[in-house]
Amino acid sequence: MTVTTITDAELVPKDYASDQEVRWCPGCGDYAILKAVQKALAELGAPRERTVFVSGIGCAARFPYYLSTYGFHTIHGRAPAIATGIKLANPELDVWVVTGDGDGLSIGGNHMLHVLRRNVDLQIILFNNEIYGLTKGQYSPTSRRGTRSPSTPQGSVEYPVSACAFALGAGARFVARAVDTQQPDVVALLKRAHAHRGASFVEVFQNCVVFNDGVFDHFTAKDVAPDTQLHVEHGKPLVFGPSEERGLRLTPGTLALEVVPVGDAGVPLHDILVHDETNRALAQLLVALEPPAFPVALGVLYCNPATSYERELYAQARAAGFGREPADLGALLGREGTWTVER
Amino acid sequence: MQVTGSRFTVETALAGNDLTTFPDFPAEIRAPAGTTYGVSAFQIQFGAGDIMTPGDAVDVLVAMNPAALKVDLKDLRLGGSILVDTGAFSERNLTKAGFPANPLEDGSLAPYQVLTFDITRLTTEAVKAFGLSTREAHRCRNMWALGLMLWMYGRDRQVTIDWLRRKFADRPELAQANVAALNAGHAFGETAEMSEQLVGYTVPSAPAPPGRYRTVSGTEALAWGLIAGMRGAGLEKMIFAGYPITPASLLLHTLANLKAHGVITFQAEDEIAAIGAAIGAAYAGALGVTSSSGPGMALKTEMLGLAIATELPIVVVDSQRAGPSTGMPTKAEQSDLFQAVHGRNADAPLAVIAAATAVDCFDVAIEAVRIATTYMTPVIVLSDAYLAHAAEPWRLPDAAALPRFPVRFRTDPAGFHPLLRDPATLARAWAVPGTPGLEHRIGGLEKDYDTGHISYDPDNHARMTRARAAKIAGIANDIPPQRVALGDDDGAVAVVGWGSTYGAIHRAVREARADGLDVSHIHLRYLNPFPRNLGELLQRFGRILVPELNTGQLVHLLRAAYLVPAEGLSKVAGKPFKVAEIVDAIESVHRSKPR
Repeated sequence: MTVTTITDAELVPKDYASDQEVRWCPGCGDYAILKAVQKALAELGAPRERTVFVSGIGCAARFPYYLSTYGFHTIHGRAPAIATGIKLANPELDVWVVTGDGDGLSIGGNHMLHVLRRNVDLQIILFNNEIYGLTKGQYSPTSRRGTRSPSTPQGSVEYPVSACAFALGAGARFVARAVDTQQPDVVALLKRAHAHRGASFVEVFQNCVVFNDGVFDHFTAKDVAPDTQLHVEHGKPLVFGPSEERGLRLTPGTLALEVVPVGDAGVPLHDILVHDETNRALAQLLVALEPPAFPVALGVLYCNPATSYERELYAQARAAGFGREPADLGALLGREGTWTVER
Repeated sequence: MQVTGSRFTVETALAGNDLTTFPDFPAEIRAPAGTTYGVSAFQIQFGAGDIMTPGDAVDVLVAMNPAALKVDLKDLRLGGSILVDTGAFSERNLTKAGFPANPLEDGSLAPYQVLTFDITRLTTEAVKAFGLSTREAHRCRNMWALGLMLWMYGRDRQVTIDWLRRKFADRPELAQANVAALNAGHAFGETAEMSEQLVGYTVPSAPAPPGRYRTVSGTEALAWGLIAGMRGAGLEKMIFAGYPITPASLLLHTLANLKAHGVITFQAEDEIAAIGAAIGAAYAGALGVTSSSGPGMALKTEMLGLAIATELPIVVVDSQRAGPSTGMPTKAEQSDLFQAVHGRNADAPLAVIAAATAVDCFDVAIEAVRIATTYMTPVIVLSDAYLAHAAEPWRLPDAAALPRFPVRFRTDPAGFHPLLRDPATLARAWAVPGTPGLEHRIGGLEKDYDTGHISYDPDNHARMTRARAAKIAGIANDIPPQRVALGDDDGAVAVVGWGSTYGAIHRAVREARADGLDVSHIHLRYLNPFPRNLGELLQRFGRILVPELNTGQLVHLLRAAYLVPAEGLSKVAGKPFKVAEIVDAIESVHRSKPR
């Protein structure tokens, strides 16, 4: 007699695709991110029934329709609030928030601030294309000064917000950054974000082929990437360049980073800063690096876990009696100051 | 003063009187003492009879300073009693209150019985053994006055003494001083040399049906009703998300202490996030509740549209206050009716119900949960600043006999899509994340009636719009037909009200009927949809008078729905109706020629 154990078939990326036709513009960076998310889910073996994607409004926000998990396409900027409610109702669910630079940092900036500060256990992916795509190309809060758009024909005069600096400032305990086309990195970061208990914030630089094409080319194009991207790794020196011949160190005498040559002709490797992802001050320096003087820092810039909001909340509630034997409603109503009228 | 009033309420209820209270206080937290705008008042009517309002005219006014006398004297009936603390009638306080001369000396109070005591001095003497600062000693004045009032009406003090000891557990000297002041006020009543002025009253117990009673405020009744509703629906937990706003915050505070009953409270970053969390919670299978007042309701509007589009059950409690904009945050009004029924973009119907009394808040909360979960719709519960604070005696319901309406979450994947409707209620299936095989996507975009996928098809949108409307309209078949609260179900005049005006209208109609007028009282709990017989019922009356604490919102809805010549009686003073105001209007309608 043989015993057969039936296990769930292993899921592959296409198992996480819904039956809906994907309707982003051909060549949109969102396609690459969708593939990376499906791959990450497959590698995590994420149960579809316990996975929820929540989005706001914008091109990125169509994301849930293209996944075979549970999905909630909400309203502009409010996905973090609804995701918080889902997590409060059922902390066992694996909840992801998909947002954009306009959705997450403009109309929904307040919710983003507070969901990060509270440390609700969510994975938040912010697609940053520095433009409003769905509304036809207006400048966004991450657009650089001078961005010409239908609403800024002479160029924007606003200073942009840095998504990761905002997240750190809000108190996020997991902050990471990737480029849409670098799929293995995106997959790896999403898996790290998933492993992090608490709010994890992942910014993905995403190219909008229609309204802002090539806006990240100065550090994402193949020919310049090695010289303009710094891939950080915990415990490893902060070096970059085609043969890792440049590195970052603290400028002696001040709190600033500088790029120095590494090795025989330059600074010895042991003088180069080593990435410590638990160091918030270092993370703040890293997120501020910009070309041309500096490379763009990518990878897990900051990870310093603490108990998540909903766990703390439930611990308090349980201490107050939540989840034990159902409390007697009659006892609650007649708790104090009652009197009896006799027949 | 609010604490003093609450304690008198408790002792009065324990003495078996029927009662209704009206706490009336400024929005400022510590308004400068002695100013007229800083006066905090607490009105209570109690008696052996059926008490339905805090009373039109006051019999006894306790004025702790000239400003209180200035503000509240107009509510005292001619011949009524005034108790004043002469110690507070200083030159400075008289000037602050705007008295050119001392009213205790200039004869202006001649129409009243004025009882003067130097409560400040008497209190200071009573508490001097406890080494309090002058300021702390003066703050015991209210307890002295309470002690005197408890003596006047033959009330017990023990429950208040116990309460003071609990309240000041970590400052025993304050507890002792307050108890001493309370006892001193009481003893003063018994032994005062001016006893010819002071008369003890005996108010017999109100005839009440047998049972166990307690006093309850509208906020407490709402909180407990929501819990009872959650249980009735068979739901495991309630996620209550709120943002601080007067006068709705009380509900958040109350529920924050009821976690043992399956409640998780969440103070959100703003009104939008609060309702967002409630919607998220509903999506995940909990009872999602949020609460606010007018300005916050305005902020929640877009989210209400999302809850309507995604057909998720949430309860939204609106404690209405005077507006527009910030308005008068602590003063009651019924001016959010239009906002609740119509205040959203596009055709976006939802259910609206209103509580009539503090006790009614309990049943209304249960009913809100029933409608929300049965019909997969947001339900707005209209309360107001008056109901939130007002207290009255309540015969405790039998917890085992409360309504049950268990929800059935969808679990069967066969033939499932998220817009599958129950043929009877038109409610869509409630399919909760975590359920294998039911993975689906919902959202604010229009969806196809037959598949739940995004659809821009014109005919489908028309069909979906009609389905959303039909679902809400159909609730009318699942609520009791409108009854007449008092009087005949046809006749010359119907007085139609909703919300917290119940007591004043009821008393007014009773008085008018006692005077021989043909008038009935109809009070609406269901404001959208209306009960199915309402139009026919209204047609049976010659005249329809609609008293409202707004400029005429229900009267407008009734006219629109039934083409009846309803006439409004409007009051927008931040205060409840007086019974006499409604009696006058009934008489005036009777006197004028029928249409």
